[in-house]
Amino acid sequence: MNPSATPTRRQLHPPPAPASPFPYNPGSLLSASDLSLDEISHILTRATILENQDPLTRDRILAKRRVALLFYESSTRTRTSFELAAKGLGADTTLVSSLSSSIEKGESLKDTGLTLRALGAEAIILRHNSSGAPWLLESETRLPVLNAGDGMHEHPTQALLDLRTILAHLRPGVETVTAETLAGVTITIVGDILHSRVARSNMLLLPRLGARVLLCGPKELLPELAAEAGPGIAIERNFDAALRQSQAVMMLRIQAERLAGQQLDLEEYKGNYQLTGPRLATQAPTAIVLHPGPIIRGLEVTAGVADGAQSVILEQVRNGVAIRMAVVERALTAPSQQGGRV
Amino acid sequence: MTALVIRGGHLIDPAAGVDGLKDVLVKDGRVAEIAGPGKLKQGNGAAGSDVQVLDATGLTIAPGLVDIHVHLREPGQGYKETIATGTAAAAAGGFTSVAAMPNTKPVNDSPEITRWMQAPERGAVVRVFPIAAATRGSKGEAINDFAALKSAGAVAVSDDGLPILKDGIMRETLAAAARVGLSVIQHAEDTRMTQGGSMNLGPMAFKLGLRGMSAEAESSIVERDIRLVQELRDSRAHLHVAHTSTAAALAAVRQARRNGLRVTCEVAPHHFLLTDEHVGFYNTNAKMCPPLRSAADRDAMIEAILDGVVDAIATDHAPHAVHEKEVEFENAPNGITGLETALGLSLRWLHKEWKLPLGRVLSLLSAQPAALLNLKGRGTLTVGSFADAVIFDPKAEWTYNARATKSKSRNTPFDGWTMQGKVRWTISEGRIAFSDPA
Repeated sequence: MNPSATPTRRQLHPPPAPASPFPYNPGSLLSASDLSLDEISHILTRATILENQDPLTRDRILAKRRVALLFYESSTRTRTSFELAAKGLGADTTLVSSLSSSIEKGESLKDTGLTLRALGAEAIILRHNSSGAPWLLESETRLPVLNAGDGMHEHPTQALLDLRTILAHLRPGVETVTAETLAGVTITIVGDILHSRVARSNMLLLPRLGARVLLCGPKELLPELAAEAGPGIAIERNFDAALRQSQAVMMLRIQAERLAGQQLDLEEYKGNYQLTGPRLATQAPTAIVLHPGPIIRGLEVTAGVADGAQSVILEQVRNGVAIRMAVVERALTAPSQQGGRV
Repeated sequence: MTALVIRGGHLIDPAAGVDGLKDVLVKDGRVAEIAGPGKLKQGNGAAGSDVQVLDATGLTIAPGLVDIHVHLREPGQGYKETIATGTAAAAAGGFTSVAAMPNTKPVNDSPEITRWMQAPERGAVVRVFPIAAATRGSKGEAINDFAALKSAGAVAVSDDGLPILKDGIMRETLAAAARVGLSVIQHAEDTRMTQGGSMNLGPMAFKLGLRGMSAEAESSIVERDIRLVQELRDSRAHLHVAHTSTAAALAAVRQARRNGLRVTCEVAPHHFLLTDEHVGFYNTNAKMCPPLRSAADRDAMIEAILDGVVDAIATDHAPHAVHEKEVEFENAPNGITGLETALGLSLRWLHKEWKLPLGRVLSLLSAQPAALLNLKGRGTLTVGSFADAVIFDPKAEWTYNARATKSKSRNTPFDGWTMQGKVRWTISEGRIAFSDPA
């Protein structure tokens, strides 16, 4: 036995982690990091084309194709916009939610997925309370799986619609993106980063276009190691200092349902991190204000800011339908066919 | 009378300091004679005699491997594993002694269950040594009758998986076990700190949106337990730290040894080979407790094995049915199988890659764990000891195929991995428990 407290350093070459086999299906969108810049550009371009297309021709693109929406968590925006998107392209949609299905009887995600596939579903849009559930569903069904939010992990279509919103204001007219498109732009994400799948997807997506992402929040909701999640991410705990550097600020709801016993002093939180009219006017008078919703007015943002001139919150919702049309189209059509079924 | 001659092999018996070409004669389940090639005085396997001869030319003969940390799932969870299938997997991996943890259903907290697990009806093909629960139902409240458990065959006590958190109960456990000469094995995890956690706390858990289990949750319990051993030092209490996974816990063990305390530790192959990066996108076969840790922790395991702080390699073989692992990561049960891969991985990495001498690797897998739990006549091949042996081709490289496992379960992250050293025969008390003479 060597009693030395500092062991000798050897050059170790331990086995590397294996490469990810995901996605199995090229139509899947599991993570914002699955998309190349070319694919992001394609989705943004198709979103605009589909949004402007005559609904009567648009609904031939996926006429009678079958899309299942599988929702283990409640949702207003995401579910409705995915449904409108799929229907807008002519697809038949069916909604399975955990409270009115055999999931209540204990059916596993695997069996639910296989059942939907046997029923003819050609793609599954999944919202799930467990991080990673879309990866499980995709590996078991091999269908295109669209991640509509998994636990505290990712929400890639939200990041894409946020990107479309940001581009519309900061880079109007740009749809073909590169690694420099958002060079010089700082986007601050504020609040409950720890529990936020929106934050994680945006942290993966925006820096790839050259943006700097600042994370802002208290230690309980924003651990130091969040900055290690990828390149282009930094932490600035002083909200005013972060705002002064930002062209866009993304406010997040405190996810009471995921606090898991953590106690948070809401009055102190509001004092430090609430976006108020005066704060916005002094620190970031030209920045756009985003929020993925649902908004808790009077907590993370005041009503005045949510309804104010700098707010783009409802634009985000509108962009959600366009982005999700492009993503659902991508799921069900090979690249050569896209837009070609009209 | 049954006799067996193992001829032409290279015997490595680290405990006896033997490393050379030897023939071995086995009679009535014990080693009867060891001699140079062709020099056996008795039962030399001449044609016409009733002696079975194994030709071990080009092969290594070593003491049968000893795994002091397995879950055989019986009684109560035979769909995951039985004592018969678990010991068949052990034999395939070269193990001839396995110490079975008490988190069965019901918990093994009684002499009756301890005896039941060792009964011939269980169909074990290698020796099973039950580890009994330290407290009633492993609830961490009332201490069991250790003397009765020991006389029923228990070799240690542990509430594995349900660590003893109360200082007073742990202290009493260490003292009571010391009085009857049993070791206390602690799964060091402050479960108050790991609520809801499903992997190592770190950047990877943050990225995957999973709640983390901190290194401190392990090291703080190890440090607390060492303090208790220090307080009880006159009682010769023995603390064994199960599946050590963090640099901080190892540092505490290292310091305890320096202070002359009876504190030992084991490391599992997955903790010296893998990190939390191997969880990938929610691979439930990379989920266990303690979880795969950071690269720095993993490197600390390797260093501690190489410099001798680690006393044993133990697998924490924890079979689960396929359907139990085909679920959301946070809902999947902890644990992976390990009996069939421990030798192949240890030889491939510790010996071939990191140059740990073969004798040291084998000692970590046999002599040292046998000594640690005081398994008399195990972990060595000297005249009079149990004829527990593994005969393997040290040069053979092969690929592990989880579907071909002898276990009932195949929840392993090592499916498809290259292994070094192919087991040809496993001999348990003179009987061939496994053979693959390919």
